Parts: sequence; structure tokens; C-alpha cells
Amino acid sequence: MQTLEALLAEHPFFTGLELPYIQVIANFASYDHYSAHKYLFHEGEQAAHFYIIYEGKVALETFAAERGMITIETIEAGEVLGWSWLFPPYRWHFAARVVEPTSAIILDGGGLRAKCQEDHHFGYELTKRVAHIMMQRLQATRLQLLDLYGMHA
Amino acid sequence: MMSIESSDPMLPRPYRVRRVRREIPDTFTLDLEPEDGSAIPSFATGQFNMLYVFGVGEIPISISGDPTKPGSLVHTIRAVGTVSRMMQKLKPTDVIGVRGPFGSHWPIERAIGKDIVIIAGGIGLAPLRSTLYQIIKEREKYGKVVLIYGARTPEDMLYRKECERWQKQPHLEVSLTVDRATSSWCGSVGLVTKLIPRASFDPQKTLALICGPEVMMRFSAVELEKCGVAAENIFVSMERNMKCAIGFCGRCQYSRSFVCKDGPIFSYGSIRDLLVKREI
Repeated sequence: MQTLEALLAEHPFFTGLELPYIQVIANFASYDHYSAHKYLFHEGEQAAHFYIIYEGKVALETFAAERGMITIETIEAGEVLGWSWLFPPYRWHFAARVVEPTSAIILDGGGLRAKCQEDHHFGYELTKRVAHIMMQRLQATRLQLLDLYGMHA
Repeated sequence: MMSIESSDPMLPRPYRVRRVRREIPDTFTLDLEPEDGSAIPSFATGQFNMLYVFGVGEIPISISGDPTKPGSLVHTIRAVGTVSRMMQKLKPTDVIGVRGPFGSHWPIERAIGKDIVIIAGGIGLAPLRSTLYQIIKEREKYGKVVLIYGARTPEDMLYRKECERWQKQPHLEVSLTVDRATSSWCGSVGLVTKLIPRASFDPQKTLALICGPEVMMRFSAVELEKCGVAAENIFVSMERNMKCAIGFCGRCQYSRSFVCKDGPIFSYGSIRDLLVKREI
């Protein structure tokens, strides 16, 4: 089994990040398995962590009256789940439900935020990576909004 | 008396409806057989026929059946216009006119020894299904075979039972995704583009086939290129209104090409710049 540091170092999210910073991040990391149907977090809860999905599938959900739980998107192996830990008010905007048995690296958002505050270069490197994911998700959401397969398609 | 050449590509042949299958609420499949009992012309996957509802009109529809089973001619149609809505009302033993097959085909002969990535969106799975049948039949000829299929909701997923059967096949990697879902859906939620980097294929030796709404094809091709697939190894199926289907009338003109004659299958490299141009 690889160490958390090795797993983090080879993940695309951390590509180009200097080794000492990987070591800092590894100090705030742990690894866990989740069975299907378990919720990693619920809407409105404090966003204390974020996750690197190593294996499995997690659905981001919200609740709408008369429609029940709606899946916004799924986050799967290799992807990063959660950015609410980085921005006030540090609360989850959606719920995250495990669809398939999932293994994930869990990162302590509060601890990393404090490190970002201490070392702005580290903060910039981490924020840049989170911003990249946000950009990708925004672009995907824009395409989803086009309702590509609707009657006008 | 003037005789009519039976090989005249403008002359529809009467075909009898053998079976009508409702696929999803607005989409249905017609199984057709020649009324005179003659053989169905062979076709290459990706080609289309002109289907004619007498007295109503004619529309181009891709062939979605198995090319190795020549017993009936299969088309899956979405009821969106006057002719297709009339077709939705057809019953077994009704007769329609058929001209074809026309157009270029998916070049899977170029995929021998390579990986194949098939990306379909919505009704776009229909023109690719016949290719998939052929690939499955000749499975040993190819490397990895990946199907990525996206639909609006799980209920809008075309050939869903067939997709689930393909998912269970050990030598096919099938990923299904929808734009919207409730918690009962266990597949992915998000666009097909998101599933491309997750798929396992060697971009240096991959042939990619894409069919779906033009925007989806454009973004999927961009994503494939980002993964390292060369533009000339990516093929898309274009759609335009057609009239003659043999390159005479110019109705389906697409810059210097005619979709009916030079397409509908084009290499992405040959039309990449046109896909972002307006009014073509």
C-alpha cells in the first residue's frame, strides 16, 4: 500500500506542487472507505474537509419539494469533492451520498486553510487548483443548462 | 410507354412495416421489409435511408439495425416533425417508401488493432448501434472498446435494456450518464465530456466515433483531442435537412460538401473549423 504522501504526489490535482508542500498536505490527510448509501456530508453542515475520490462514486444532491432528492452531478474516481471548506461561510451547499463503495483521501480543510493563511505561496498554489476544478465544473454546468438532448436538439 | 429504372436512386421502393417498437415517449423503432419480398440492400454502418410517408413527405433516417442480420431494415426515429409524427402512427402491415442506403459510413475498418471510443448523446445512439453490433460480432479485431452514452434523464435513455446488457459484457467498457436524475439512478450524472478522461483507451491508437447534438459532438471532440486523440481519428455524424440525398439539389450543402453525399460521417479534422461557424 502506498503512503498517503505518495498517493497525493501522483494525483493530478497536486501535479507541479513542490514536495515540501505535498508533505504539509499529507499531515492533514487520512484515508477511509465508505459503503453505498452513506452520506459524506449534508447540505448546511460545516464544511471541514474535502475529499479526493480514489475509488467509487459519490452523488452531489439537493432536495426540492415535490421532486425529492435530485442528483446534481456525480464525482468519481480521480476527482476532487468539495470546495466549500475554502470559502466562507464554510458550509456545504449540497449533500454528498455514496453511490458505489468508495475509498477517499480526506483532507482537513480547516488545517489547510490556516496553512494557506500562513504561507501565501502555498495558499495560491492550492487555491489555483481548486479554482481550476471550479472552472471545469462551471463549464460542464453551462453545457448541461443547454439541455442538449431536448426537443430543440 | 416510359419504363422506370428500378435502380433509380430517386425512386422509393415500397416497404411494409413489420414491427413498431416504442423506445421512449417520443422515439420509436420501425422494422421494415420489402413489400415484394426481395432482398434488402446491404448497407454500411452510419449510412441512412430516405423514408417516405406517401402524401406527407420524406426524411433521412440513419439505419440502426444489425448489418449482419439482413432480415429487416431497422430505423429508430424521434417524432419531432410532420413526417416523423406521421411515422409514429404507422402500424404493422402499413407501407412506406424507402430510398437508399446513402452516404458515407463509420470507418471502423480503420480501427482494426486499435481502441475504439464511441460517444453518443440522446437519439445519437441510433446511428451508432449498428456499428456497435458489428464491433461486438468482430470483437477480436479491436483493442479496447468504450461506449459513453449520455441522455437527458434515465427515462430518456435509448435502448436502455440493451445498454445494460452491453454493460455486463466483459470486453466492453460502457459508461452511461444523464443530465438529471433522482437518487434511484446509479449511473453517472453530468455530460459525456466528463466521462472521456475517465475512460481507459490509448489515445495514440484510438478511433473515436461521435453522434449526437452538434454542440455535444464539438465539445466531445475537443475533450478527445485534450486526451491526445488526433483530429483525423475522430469521426462525427452530421445532420442537415435533405431532399434528394444524392448530391443534386444542394439542400444539405455544408460549406464545400454535401452532407448526403460526402457525409453524414465526416472526420472531425476536415470540419473542425466549420463546426464553430454560424449559418453553415
